[in-house]
Amino acid sequence: MVDVTPHGADLIPPAEVGEMDLYHPHSWWTKYVFSQDAKVIAIQYSGTAMAIGLVALVLSWLMRLQLGFPGTFDFITPEAYYQFMTMHGMIMVIYLLTALFLGGFGNYLIPLMVGARDMVFPYVNMLSYWIYLVAVLVLVSSFFAPGGPTGAGWTLYPPQAITSGTPGGQDWGIILMLVSLILFIIGFTMGGLNYVVTVLQARTRGMTLMRMPLTVWGIFTATVMALLAFPALFVACVMMLFDRIIGSSFFMPAMVEMGEQSPHNGGSPIMFQHLFWFFGHPEVYIVALPAFGIVSDLISTHARKNIFGYRMMVWAIVGIGALSFVVWAHHMYVSGMHPYFGFFFATTTLIIAVPTAIKVYNWVLTLWRGDIHLTLPMLFALAFIVTFVNGGLTGLFLGNVVVDVPLSDTMFVVAHFHMVMGVAPIMVVFGAIYHWYPKIIGRMLNEAMGRFHFWVTFVGAYLIFFPMHYVGLVGVPRRYPELGDTAFIPPSVHTLNEFITIAALTVGFAQMVFLFNLFWSLRNGKDAGDNPWRATSLEWQTAGTPPPHGNFGKELPVVYRWAYDYSVPGAPEDFIPQNDPRPATQGGPA
Amino acid sequence: MSVILVFLALITAIAGWWLSRQRLMSKPWLEVGPVTAFPETEAPIMHPAKIGLGVFLAVVGALFALMISAYFMRMVYADWQAAPVPQLLWLNTAMLVLASVALQCAVVAAHKGQRDNLRLALLAGALTSTVFLGGQLLAWRDLAAQGYFATENPAVSFFYLITAMHGLHIIGGLVALGRTNVRAWRGESSAHLVLSTELCAMYWHVLLIVWLVLFAVLMGWAADFIDICRRLLS
Repeated sequence: MVDVTPHGADLIPPAEVGEMDLYHPHSWWTKYVFSQDAKVIAIQYSGTAMAIGLVALVLSWLMRLQLGFPGTFDFITPEAYYQFMTMHGMIMVIYLLTALFLGGFGNYLIPLMVGARDMVFPYVNMLSYWIYLVAVLVLVSSFFAPGGPTGAGWTLYPPQAITSGTPGGQDWGIILMLVSLILFIIGFTMGGLNYVVTVLQARTRGMTLMRMPLTVWGIFTATVMALLAFPALFVACVMMLFDRIIGSSFFMPAMVEMGEQSPHNGGSPIMFQHLFWFFGHPEVYIVALPAFGIVSDLISTHARKNIFGYRMMVWAIVGIGALSFVVWAHHMYVSGMHPYFGFFFATTTLIIAVPTAIKVYNWVLTLWRGDIHLTLPMLFALAFIVTFVNGGLTGLFLGNVVVDVPLSDTMFVVAHFHMVMGVAPIMVVFGAIYHWYPKIIGRMLNEAMGRFHFWVTFVGAYLIFFPMHYVGLVGVPRRYPELGDTAFIPPSVHTLNEFITIAALTVGFAQMVFLFNLFWSLRNGKDAGDNPWRATSLEWQTAGTPPPHGNFGKELPVVYRWAYDYSVPGAPEDFIPQNDPRPATQGGPA
Repeated sequence: MSVILVFLALITAIAGWWLSRQRLMSKPWLEVGPVTAFPETEAPIMHPAKIGLGVFLAVVGALFALMISAYFMRMVYADWQAAPVPQLLWLNTAMLVLASVALQCAVVAAHKGQRDNLRLALLAGALTSTVFLGGQLLAWRDLAAQGYFATENPAVSFFYLITAMHGLHIIGGLVALGRTNVRAWRGESSAHLVLSTELCAMYWHVLLIVWLVLFAVLMGWAADFIDICRRLLS
């Protein structure tokens, strides 16, 4: 470690960051319920997201029961199956993953990691959560509406989404779904403004952009993308709501429905697909980039080694963010597009694999000759890398038009998608919870339950999704509630389906253990202390654990180094906190 | 989708310009000490609310760019019949221009501390904007009276959707402008008032630009322009 100042930049005192006027709560209600403290809002976001995620988990069991043992359960009719599928997909992607990564981790970690007292617009931040909660409640209310929730599939493709043959199409289901999405987007925009402006404006002294932990880079870039991508979903939802309620024809072509000429005329369903996927593809990276950032920090901390290629990691995050806006049509290869159009999007899709691969190499090189501690966060981080590589490889298959066209409507896509966007980010969510729970609560999560949870989830996820690839390659179509007697489907598929169902129920059970652990450790966990992982970034250097209102003590911390000073040669300790002013040889905590 | 891609290219250019000043090439692992880079030490710190509004306006821009994208995507179908545009829109446009001018005067007055002028200009801005909204409603009535309802054909649906969306944004802005007006009449602290006035003016200017683009699209000029561009390229 050499202490070098960059060329031309002598010891200029860093810009003073003004102290913000904190809102101080005066009653129990404003402290814990209508709170403007980002940390409380983060916990509210996470709790709500996990609660609705639990609903989606149960829906996936019901679907698997139907696929594994068709006809055994009377209440799972084909209509109900489609409703379960739609709600499972929509909840998991938007109401769980997006809300948890940005609303949950974003709110908790951004102010702490950049050294701010709170978000810059705390009131707007509070509104963001309450609108999100209303969106979730509207979504849940569709389960109780006449006709039940919509069964249009999570992509809500018109015209079928609002025709009478689809569950909820001519009832309340689709309306409540669209209203809920519109509310979610409004609420998210409010939160998103906060995350972006806090990173831009509220960093503490010395915290240059290139000294920020990668977690913040990931969440920041994902938020910028989400702010630009969600309007596409917003427009699509508003236009479909017009079609459904006042009978306009944005997406609805002229067609005969139930023997009658429908009132619609001249709409374009393809237009919906363009709008939806213009949001839908960036959405994949809106979930993935925070996961990338968090996993980089977990690996570096628990391997006691600086992240390999920090600059490259930052550039890759920004590059992926920009590129992800020009790949959307690879979801539409089967919609009958111009061959050159498909060629263009196949090329951009394969190009985006380059920065992604750079990140994977850098994670592996960070582990190389590191002092790897197989703690729970590290186990989940390793599971993420493996799963992400697996899911990413099948992404290369599906990114090519000629391979995608035959596979597009099979279970292969379901397997690919769940590996890369379901299991992989969820592994990071678990790793991050095991990593930061000690900071949020002040106690460690139970280790034995955690290891049980990890192994069952990790091995179980592979038992579920590896066979599913094979099932898809054999040609089993997705979206079918029941296969029936079909000549080209061998008996092994039925056996495998039963096997997958049993594995899915087992993995689901392990999640109950995890939830129990969350509550059990509130009181019974080991005392964590301020910095149990001996980590460098600012959230571990707060004035107490859990961090008090205002996060830091009287003075905001001043940052003297990057977030990855682990195992610095000559330093007395194997980590140097970011706010430690001493040179490396004398540095480290006293 | 070309319109939204052009818009995103613009945003990317701005973001790229900003990132290029953030020393992304620096090697943070070698730089220990309280040193920070030039931009951070020299750049005057803008008020967070202004940055926040700027980011929000980028989101609004994306929203309208997407709507225009959808409009053009639908336009190329053979059965497209452009809606007749009420002549009243010209007057409404003039009103919105006046509102923007008034709010710019308000900013100047706020900086000079001329309280009376500020009150007058803020009030004028709010009134002209309300007249604009009323005018838009009349234009809708005009169109409906000719028998063009939102379900008539896609072009008419788009007209109602786009004007409604823009109108809702003006209504949202009027809430903030109304509060600024109240503050100005109460005579609150001037620093706060200057900021609110500047934010209102910024919002109105952008919504005016958005409206001018939407107006060009609805009148069909934008399509002609793109047609000419396409011919020049091919």
